[in-house]
Amino acid sequence: MCGRVLWRDGESIGLRTRVGDVVVAPAGEARAGDLVAAAGASEPPVVVRRYPGDEYPPPGSEVARLNPRRLEALARRAAVLRVVRGFFDRRDFAEVDVPVRVRAPALEVHLDAVAAGPDWWLITSPEYQMKRLLAAELGRIYSLCRCSRAGEVGAQHQPEFTMLEWYRGWAELDDVLRDTEELVAEVAMALWQTTLLSYGGRALDLTPPWPRRTVAEVMAEWAGVPVRGDEDADELGRRVRAAGVDAGDAVEWDDLFFAAFVERVEPRLAALERPLVLVDWPVALGALAREAPGRPEVVERFEVYAGGLELCNAFGELTCPAEQRRRFEADQARRARAGKPVHPIDEKLLAALSEGLPPSAGNALGIDRLVMLMTDRADIRDVVWFTADEL
Amino acid sequence: MYDTSDIRKGLKVLMDGNPFTIVEFQFVKPGKGAAFTRTKFKNLLTGAVFERNIRSGEKLEPANVEEKEMQYLYKEGDDFVFMDPQNYEQVTIPGEIIGDDHDLLKDNISVSVLFFNERAVGVTLPNFVLLRVTGTEQGVAGNTAAGNVTKPALLETGASVQVPLFINEGDLLKIDTREKAYVERVKG
Repeated sequence: MCGRVLWRDGESIGLRTRVGDVVVAPAGEARAGDLVAAAGASEPPVVVRRYPGDEYPPPGSEVARLNPRRLEALARRAAVLRVVRGFFDRRDFAEVDVPVRVRAPALEVHLDAVAAGPDWWLITSPEYQMKRLLAAELGRIYSLCRCSRAGEVGAQHQPEFTMLEWYRGWAELDDVLRDTEELVAEVAMALWQTTLLSYGGRALDLTPPWPRRTVAEVMAEWAGVPVRGDEDADELGRRVRAAGVDAGDAVEWDDLFFAAFVERVEPRLAALERPLVLVDWPVALGALAREAPGRPEVVERFEVYAGGLELCNAFGELTCPAEQRRRFEADQARRARAGKPVHPIDEKLLAALSEGLPPSAGNALGIDRLVMLMTDRADIRDVVWFTADEL
Repeated sequence: MYDTSDIRKGLKVLMDGNPFTIVEFQFVKPGKGAAFTRTKFKNLLTGAVFERNIRSGEKLEPANVEEKEMQYLYKEGDDFVFMDPQNYEQVTIPGEIIGDDHDLLKDNISVSVLFFNERAVGVTLPNFVLLRVTGTEQGVAGNTAAGNVTKPALLETGASVQVPLFINEGDLLKIDTREKAYVERVKG
């Protein structure tokens, strides 16, 4: 019986036997994993991983887990990371490493941090730490880091994922949008020598500049829900339900908004053949963005959807410590109402804001989703080395 | 009560008084918004399918639905009589609940009966059954126009299926009950 050598353990490396050689087994029923002698050579035995007729790769093995299709996407993933670093290095951004374990994780009600010991949590994004670096007068910084969000598992979510976040001091939100367009186009050019890709069976043209629409426009046109941004939750709830959206028992402003957004807007975003930049987000969804000048009902925030994937979220950063504290306290109250852990306010971040931040803008982009887009994969599991349930 | 983390394929839930089974679900979450589970429900009474987004935190009511293996005994008018092999209890189920595949029911065959609030509401046959041909024409030219060389055959339970030309009266056939279609001839 003979088999092909796919791997050899350190003890049994023969001088001339190489991976790929055919070896002959001793008489009897040799199986993959057995030690067998190499063919016709006076060499030490090798471990045979495969015999003709064996099921290959063996079910449940590492070779089966990282199948060729997945390895191809993962090679592209490495290429994406190289292009991203080159892009920011050439623009004089400093790459910074942030801690993954913090005492005061994000307070937004819909982000659930993963506990990492008593009073410690894994970051859901590197935002608080990076803003402290902005206060240290580092004007251009980027970070490629691992973030964790409890309970997020699906075709576009893994509980641990890779985030690209970058900030520009003395800059506007438009500067960061231009970075985003140029970065995605550069990645596509490096991988495919074109910005005309296809995703999920549809053409996807990533050539900048990308079309922009306001949140109010798409909510009115696609969801049939007029949204100004500063109406109260009761008023929004009436409009959402009048439009026939199934909002369940939702009463909070953001829950009502996203019931309509998920039911009516997201399916339309998935059908677009160009990325869409959604701008002018309602102040109720302001998070860490500053109010738009002269328009208190919206904030300086954009999101890019491409091929139906929510690719990134950017802010004209809120730099006023008093307003930031007010929002943190509102978030804490909202978390308490929702029965979620109420994390402490990051006082070191507020202290940094008090030292003074230049007008800044930043963006957080999901690397895994960028790789999905570049490799035409519908499932995030196909573009990561290990999923949570493979651990 | 179930919450969104209980959602999985085959979960039986009650909505507006009707029993549903979950046939598909997908986790959806806008970065700054609540998580939703985009869920496809199938009405167990009508078979109708619809989609709903269930927000994380919403509750679903379990449906009192039970599936039982039962044995088909005999036909009584338009009704069909089944027996629970555990306790020999018999139930009579009207033909319209069984649906199109009632003419594939053979005596003593084991089926899955769905009960909703203790009432039989559905019968699922095994995916494959073995049935004998009781009538088919010998050596006809068949319908070759579309390249399908088939002819009709009458089965012992009353159903008619399209079969290849070499099938004869008395042959035992493997039938796919989901498609009501011929699979192959078997010995016996």
